[in-house]
Amino acid sequence: MRRSATSFVAKQIALGEPRANSQPSERGPAVNPIGIVFESVEKRFGSLVALRNVSLEIRGGEFVALLGANGAGKTTLLRMAAQLMKPTTGNVALTGTGSKSEDARGFIGFVGHSTFLYDEMSAEENLHLFAQLYGLSDASARAAAALTACGLSSRAGSLVRTFSRGMRQRLAIARALLHEPRLLLLDEPAAGLDRQGLAWFGATLERLRAEGCTIVMSTHARNESLDLTTRAVSLAGGRIERDSSTEGNPTKMLAELRSAHGGEA
Amino acid sequence: MTTSRAAAILLVKELRLEFRTRELLTTTVIFALVVVVLFSFAFEPTAAESRRYGPGLLWIAFLFAGSLMLNPSFAREQSNETLDALRMTPIAPFAILFGKMLANFVFLAVAEAILVPVFAVLYNVSFSAVAGRLILVLGLGTLGLVITGTVFSAISAHARMRELLLPLLLLPILTPLLIASVEATASLLADQPELDGTWVAFLAGFDIVFLTASWLMCDYLLEE
Repeated sequence: MRRSATSFVAKQIALGEPRANSQPSERGPAVNPIGIVFESVEKRFGSLVALRNVSLEIRGGEFVALLGANGAGKTTLLRMAAQLMKPTTGNVALTGTGSKSEDARGFIGFVGHSTFLYDEMSAEENLHLFAQLYGLSDASARAAAALTACGLSSRAGSLVRTFSRGMRQRLAIARALLHEPRLLLLDEPAAGLDRQGLAWFGATLERLRAEGCTIVMSTHARNESLDLTTRAVSLAGGRIERDSSTEGNPTKMLAELRSAHGGEA
Repeated sequence: MTTSRAAAILLVKELRLEFRTRELLTTTVIFALVVVVLFSFAFEPTAAESRRYGPGLLWIAFLFAGSLMLNPSFAREQSNETLDALRMTPIAPFAILFGKMLANFVFLAVAEAILVPVFAVLYNVSFSAVAGRLILVLGLGTLGLVITGTVFSAISAHARMRELLLPLLLLPILTPLLIASVEATASLLADQPELDGTWVAFLAGFDIVFLTASWLMCDYLLEE
């Protein structure tokens, strides 16, 4: 699981750099993609049914947009994929990891509604802590590189509680990308990001997609990243309402879904 | 990564957060000191009286201090869902629990290191002749308190009335441990101090059983 800091630093895309520098790698996919299979998944919270008989296969290397109104079940689905939650019935499995679930967690990056950061620790301390826990070699260099990439190196020593919403979100994304995940799960990741942050985030997603990283992003806001998606799945009332990969004209449906859900913002 | 290495990383994190905020130690130490000082006014603390009431009083102060300290142990991981962030890393779930146990042990040991000398002065007792044996009893008793307390802190963290739930769950389980700790401490305060090996063995057994149980059940304890 140990990866060199040098390769990571070289691959980082610094915030504010021109988009041209962040074009997809010409070397093609650099990682073995990870897929997710949801089999007849149901999730109940007491009497509330969050997901109803959801069967969905996300293949390795796909960039899937999960669309739907509030309460549709997007977050629950993502938390199950991140192995933070077990289904009440049914099964959720990761494909292509070739390892037990404990090690498989090292391949997953998750940006959730919360920042997953300690407010009373500095940005650098937070990233250093998680770099250590992910078993990365030279945790300090990895943390410093991640801070540079997300444009927060000048605030490396500041406590997270002093950060603005957008800065926290950038740091949360940097934390999720610290270990170069092969499966990236994003729950409303663009919330709070300014134009510069959105540009960095979009460029990062583009790079990850080119490298073969599987990305699942829930959103109901129109942002540039939606244009990168290769598949759209919409949820309503805990069920899959539409899936662009199973409809007759996926390209048309993808455009329709992007447009319809993007319009909510 | 080994469980012990991950637990050590998390211990450093806990110590850094605590020594930065001083959230737990300050409250705990002040509360325990108030208990000990107030009781010193309640009866005449002659050496004989202190031998009768002292051990129980000392462990009540430790128990209250521990309850106060253990409650926020997992609860404070909830504000930014940092427990989920830890659960997503490829470390053994037991490392998260074990890191918390180690940190709670350090915090309670610091509180005890302040409290015991104050107790000795106020209650007219001397621990100098039995210092080593007292440290053994305090160590084993404190370990049992933090092992069970950390486990129940993890269980009650998701509950709405967690402040009430933790003592309710914890006190019945801790009763045998407290009896053993008080008896072992009392044997050290006697005219002819002699540590009763039965109570020490009981304390060690309690710690081993609950540590093993927490290791076996940690997957379920940390789940949502």
